[in-house]
Amino acid sequence: MRRNALAIGLVAAMSLSLTACGGSSENADSGNSGSGDGKQVVDVVTWWSAGSEKEGLDALVKVFNEQFPKVEFVNKAIAGGGGSQAKQKLATDLAAKNPPDTYQAHAGAELQEAIDAGYLEDVSSLYDEFKLRDAFPKTLLDRLTVDGKIYSIPTNIHRSNVVWANTEVLKAAGLDPAKPAADLDGWIADMEKVKAAGKTPITVGMAWTQLNLFENILLADLGAEGYSGLFDGKTDWGGDGVKKAIEHYGKILDLADKSLANEDWEPAMKPVIEGQAAYNVMGDWALAAFNAANKKSPEDYVYFPTPGTAGTFNFLADSFTLPVGAPHPDNAKDWLQTCSSKEGQVAFNTIKGSIPARSDLSADDLAKFSEYQQSAMKDFAKDTIVSSIAHGAALPAPVSNSINDALGKFIQGASDGAQLQADLVKATASK
Amino acid sequence: MAKKTKAVSSKSKISSWGPGLLLISPSIILVGVFVYGMIGANIITSMKDTHTAAQVSGRKPSDFVGFSNFGKLFADPDFQHSLINLLLFTVVFLVGTLLIGFLWAWLLDRPIKGEGIFRSIFMFPMAISFVASGVVWRWLLNPAKGETASGLNRLFQQVGLGFLQNSWTQNITFGVVAIALPAIWQLSGYVMALFLAGFRGIPDELREAARVDGATEWQLYKQIIFPQLAPIALSAVIIIGHMSLKSFDLIMSITDQRTYSTKVPAIDMFNAMTDNDYSNAAAIGTILLVIVAIFVVPYLIHDSKESAKR
Repeated sequence: MRRNALAIGLVAAMSLSLTACGGSSENADSGNSGSGDGKQVVDVVTWWSAGSEKEGLDALVKVFNEQFPKVEFVNKAIAGGGGSQAKQKLATDLAAKNPPDTYQAHAGAELQEAIDAGYLEDVSSLYDEFKLRDAFPKTLLDRLTVDGKIYSIPTNIHRSNVVWANTEVLKAAGLDPAKPAADLDGWIADMEKVKAAGKTPITVGMAWTQLNLFENILLADLGAEGYSGLFDGKTDWGGDGVKKAIEHYGKILDLADKSLANEDWEPAMKPVIEGQAAYNVMGDWALAAFNAANKKSPEDYVYFPTPGTAGTFNFLADSFTLPVGAPHPDNAKDWLQTCSSKEGQVAFNTIKGSIPARSDLSADDLAKFSEYQQSAMKDFAKDTIVSSIAHGAALPAPVSNSINDALGKFIQGASDGAQLQADLVKATASK
Repeated sequence: MAKKTKAVSSKSKISSWGPGLLLISPSIILVGVFVYGMIGANIITSMKDTHTAAQVSGRKPSDFVGFSNFGKLFADPDFQHSLINLLLFTVVFLVGTLLIGFLWAWLLDRPIKGEGIFRSIFMFPMAISFVASGVVWRWLLNPAKGETASGLNRLFQQVGLGFLQNSWTQNITFGVVAIALPAIWQLSGYVMALFLAGFRGIPDELREAARVDGATEWQLYKQIIFPQLAPIALSAVIIIGHMSLKSFDLIMSITDQRTYSTKVPAIDMFNAMTDNDYSNAAAIGTILLVIVAIFVVPYLIHDSKESAKR
């Protein structure tokens, strides 16, 4: 009995001291963020919470602290695959008229919903103020402009149509890593060879990574013009082009390791990095995963545009917005200025693995980028640019979510090719 | 004379229930607004056509469309799949926890050494949140087979039960049953505690009297113990049943919101919210509320009848 009393006393003391800790740290927080000591804050919501993304954000914040020492950056990052968790929270906050000062969003059609709802300020005037109209390439500005207005400022540009391949696995299957297949049929034949050599031909992860793979197959089968036509009604989702792409997609999935279908992109990329699988189609943020594993190209891995899409650049961009009713709009503008500045873009992109949205960098700045990034910059300047579906550049968020659902059904075998096409038609007709 | 007594009694009535009412009135008002008021608001939203963010923010008008959202949902094969999943999950979860919980309670009811230790072991999983155990079970239920197998599939391989390997959550028809495994693991201990309390509530005199009367062990259980445990079993069904209807976190952490095989209405509701489709989200919420009511209301009626009897 006495021992019990002692134990209870101990627990009580511990919980008391814990609450005391909690209380004191809270006080410290509010002391920092309060305006009492003259320090200003900016609340920034991102989904960059781990790995190279987090490090890139940290680098950007460092530049921000140098440029605007009076404003404190408050990280409101929400973790979770491709931002799905963050978007859920944001949708609620925006509807409740309780927006953060600025939030991360994929540039392009994904913002359409928020624009229609009147959640976002037109930031066109900031483009003039920060002199961004000459700094950003025209192709990018066109993709950001909605009815003559621009609602976000991009920090970077990514490419989604990149195949990452393991050199050793390709060699073991009798393939030449330096000479990737020219089209999808050739690529599927290569995968058969990998399978015959006893390795996994291709890996694919959760829903959005499936869409990332599928959109590039669409791009390969429809061509750049036909693919872009999917979004303005010129290409029929129910047509033969999409049907052919679904057939290719089905064949490739048959060769894929489907046990990863619940995982984020990093676990799905791991077998390629470690030499159990040959290919994975992923945006160029995958470069950071290879760097983190100390792998070198072309000894350990090679990258090339998805077969059939050479000469096109499937584009997506991360950007920051200015919500209507932001509590600290002036500080948010400071943050946007840092995001669009040369220093900010160089610091962020050298680490995150993407390329800067600005096209006016000096040779010194360019030299700071890796070999892959320099090649991507060259491609962005000369290739045909198309918009990614999986990353919100091409279609509004509810539509790409319905496409995700349709692909999720297909990979589990709950729908066949014809059903998938019907689901895609339904998904894209809903808006 | 008669009039006077009436006035006195009504006065004394106010003084007897007045303070009590005053005391609980804040909670009545709060429950009225934040439970029943919100249920009402939810039902109204479910009968509108608020399917876009612009309508949520009030930029575009929303119209009243009656029950058409419900009609469309029930006609949608994907939503039907979610409902079937929910039914499968609930049945397996209920039967599993009741059977295992009863078995454990029955074993522990006999005086055995170290009962406290076993009780803690069986109760322990309940202390873990669904999200935390979901992360572990996600790995245990890894669908890979053969060389790349991990988790349970690997274990089956190593102990020579390779034929038991399966695709777990990835099976379109029975994937959701795989999610019921961790749910059963987690809540069987709780059901055991309920049943154990029930067993302990039966006085030894009753058993002894039955034995003296010459009842066999089976008759003892059938005639004496099971009838006494019935109310406990009913509460277990209600508690586990409504938990399974609301199950969301476990599924989200083992698979994810877009995995077709393990989709249930609660996940659909979350997805509709993400797309700013408030009306469909509210309609699914209303459907869930009705299903839970079907579970709970008979219990409440039964309960109030019982207390009226006493």
